[in-house]
Amino acid sequence: MELDSLYQEVILDHYKHPLHKGLSTEKTVQVHHVNPSCGDEITLNILLQDGVVSDVTWDGVGCSISQASVSMMSDLVHGKSLDEAFVIVDSFSELMSSKGSLQGDESLLEDAVALAGVSKFPARVKCALLGWMAFKDAAIQGRDGEKI
Amino acid sequence: MSLLDVAAIKADFPIFDKKMRNDARLVYLDSGATSHKPQQVLDAERTFYTQHNAAVHRGSHLLAEEASAAYEGAREIVSHFIGADVDEIIFTKSATESLNLLAYSFSNTNRGVFALKPGDEILVSEMEHHANLIPWQQLAKRTGATLTWFGTTDEGRLDISKIDSLISTRTKIVAITHQSNVLGSINPIHMIAEKAHTVGALVVVDACQSAPHFALDVSTLDADFIAFSGHKMLGPTGIGVLWGRAALLAQMEPFLYGGSMIESVTMESATWAPAPRKFEAGVPNMAQAVGLGAAINYLQAIGMEKIHDHEVALTNYALSGLQTIKGLRIFGPLDTVDRGGVISFALDEIHPHDAGQVLDQYGIAVRTGHHCAWPLMRKFGVAGTTRASFYLYNDLSDIDVLIDGIAATQKYFKVS
Repeated sequence: MELDSLYQEVILDHYKHPLHKGLSTEKTVQVHHVNPSCGDEITLNILLQDGVVSDVTWDGVGCSISQASVSMMSDLVHGKSLDEAFVIVDSFSELMSSKGSLQGDESLLEDAVALAGVSKFPARVKCALLGWMAFKDAAIQGRDGEKI
Repeated sequence: MSLLDVAAIKADFPIFDKKMRNDARLVYLDSGATSHKPQQVLDAERTFYTQHNAAVHRGSHLLAEEASAAYEGAREIVSHFIGADVDEIIFTKSATESLNLLAYSFSNTNRGVFALKPGDEILVSEMEHHANLIPWQQLAKRTGATLTWFGTTDEGRLDISKIDSLISTRTKIVAITHQSNVLGSINPIHMIAEKAHTVGALVVVDACQSAPHFALDVSTLDADFIAFSGHKMLGPTGIGVLWGRAALLAQMEPFLYGGSMIESVTMESATWAPAPRKFEAGVPNMAQAVGLGAAINYLQAIGMEKIHDHEVALTNYALSGLQTIKGLRIFGPLDTVDRGGVISFALDEIHPHDAGQVLDQYGIAVRTGHHCAWPLMRKFGVAGTTRASFYLYNDLSDIDVLIDGIAATQKYFKVS
């Protein structure tokens, strides 16, 4: 079924057992993002130490795609430098806008390549990007804060 | 149970020839968002463009005359449909515009019943669509008035238990939906209006979910204004209606200024044409108004009572069927008393977007999300719901397909 290209097993695993869910007390920046078309919401904390993402935690409500996506993202950027994290985020953004033409770079995106199929469902791309955009926002705010 | 001849009705709607994903037939359960259009409406719009197209109320040529007659003819059809005087029908581009027009007309004046000041109250409800909430929220901000609201009971009905304290001499406007677009509950407009009128408040009714589905008569509804849209009642997009009492429209300030809405203009000032022209600046959506007229003719040829009975039968059948599904929670009344054909539900462990995605594989079109009623979602503690809404072209087999689709969705996500 066409649906299986959207809902790969690894996505449903992350949905049922999300990683880094539950907000930490210690944080550099907290952001809150919503998807106004469906009401999904995410609150995300990042802790930055010397330009490294030493912790990412989140809480929120959303569909399997958005929840699995933020779970994968938080695991991926954990422990990465901000520069490395931005490369990963950009690569994922590119994958999501590919309309099914890209497979995704597994060495960079790991589990998140399973979301490649989402790019064929225009109404769901925003779901997949919700957590990533929240992270990017928080990371930029944190980076600019650190510079000051 | 009294059902319409759906096969005959469907034959008038070209969209039902379309194949959905996996070659499934279209099971359209999203008429609460927008309805499909019968050939008669499409033909009316096309004929307007091919035979009569001209800017209405201008020009001295044959086409201008025919276009004006067609546009004003549509206004007459709408007026008969709701039991109003023809000059009380204002065409807008949408119900949203109708409600904004009204809200801005209030803040465009500082005299009479339309003037609002700090201390005044605007009463809405927690179950309003954003279109009948935000215009009033913003009007309150512009004028210093206070927004108050009716709550919703756990059953999904309007909580009128506090009506005596909610409606007071401070109340100037009561803006309420006739039927909730999420819960399906039909509100006791007459009772609320009676109470509101004893304190001199004006009553605005959002009739988007009622006008398409059951007979509506403004001479007995007791409202002062009603708003509804064409596209939810088999008509085209781009056409909405605002009805107001003639005496009120005469006092009301315009919202949009420009051509068509004037009586006389100098470089320094202008005076306004009488209603409805005063509220229809610019060349209106003519073909769409004509299409709406054709849609109403179509509905009336079947009969609004019959359409309502049909939808009640479908709703009854769906409520029974849905309640047999384990892990499914319905938001809204579980019986068909004062309830329309809109059923919102949530599935345990399955987000509405995911449910909608799987149902789509079976050709089932439902609405998922917050339904432009975010405060109501918060009240029920959910991010969104899945909503099935019915119309005259749905039959019992559509509901069977939905129920099977839900079972397949639960299976897909391994929820039993």
